[in-house]
Amino acid sequence: MTTAPSELASPEVDEAIELSPPWVTIVWNDPVNLMDYVTFVFQTYFGYSKAKAEKLMMQVHEEGKSAVSNGNREAMERDVEAMHSYGLWATCEKS
Amino acid sequence: MTRFRKRKKTVIVSFAEHEADILANLLRNLVELLYDGMPPRASMSSDPLAALLDNDGPTSPPEDVVLQRLLPDAYQSDDQAAGEFRRFTERGLRDSKASDARRVLAALEESPEDGIPLEGDDQLAWLRALNDLRLAIGTRLDIKEEDDYSVWEKLPDDDPRRLTYDLYDWLGYLQSALLHNIR
Repeated sequence: MTTAPSELASPEVDEAIELSPPWVTIVWNDPVNLMDYVTFVFQTYFGYSKAKAEKLMMQVHEEGKSAVSNGNREAMERDVEAMHSYGLWATCEKS
Repeated sequence: MTRFRKRKKTVIVSFAEHEADILANLLRNLVELLYDGMPPRASMSSDPLAALLDNDGPTSPPEDVVLQRLLPDAYQSDDQAAGEFRRFTERGLRDSKASDARRVLAALEESPEDGIPLEGDDQLAWLRALNDLRLAIGTRLDIKEEDDYSVWEKLPDDDPRRLTYDLYDWLGYLQSALLHNIR
């Protein structure tokens, strides 16, 4: 699969890291979920582009996990709950 | 033979009768499992405040491995936070999974001759319900990431896991065909 252009390639990388909200939603790799389905969930629930959704899916698949969203704790708990409703294995943690 | 067609944004799925029966049975088992051992909601008990807040759910993970996978912990290394999250959300998650499964069941029972039309929300409910079935069966079969799939594909006919794996494989086909038609 072709990797999507990385967002980190943009010059605002440092600023983006500094401004990152303190909590993240982590999606973990799972032997059952289909790759296409995981990509679809990222697009449908988070409204991500296909390229971004595929990049996150590949990260989950290859690295075992990926931080798929960030924000305040309440928002991350909502995201985790939504991921569980789609059957993805997700947790939240302080970034 | 399962067939998928598309009319504008509507996906139309048709099943052979025995296939619809198999899928319905799996879904009924899933709904039963989701409510297995759940104490009644507080709204049916004597604590009106708990009923109002709907916050009297369980604080520890279910014992069954399939339910553990369907209703996972939301915090990996903070048991207290995981328990609190579960207390407020686990019942709702069980309800939403059961509601997806029942929606598919209702459509299968109605099963019009020219196929079951799936609009946007139906499509999501079907994808989620098929996924929950795959998670349930995959967990029971103990399918692992590092497994060599050719071993599963070539299970001998007399292996007790053979039939279950075939179902798992078929559900994967259904989910990916549906997804393909949605996109």
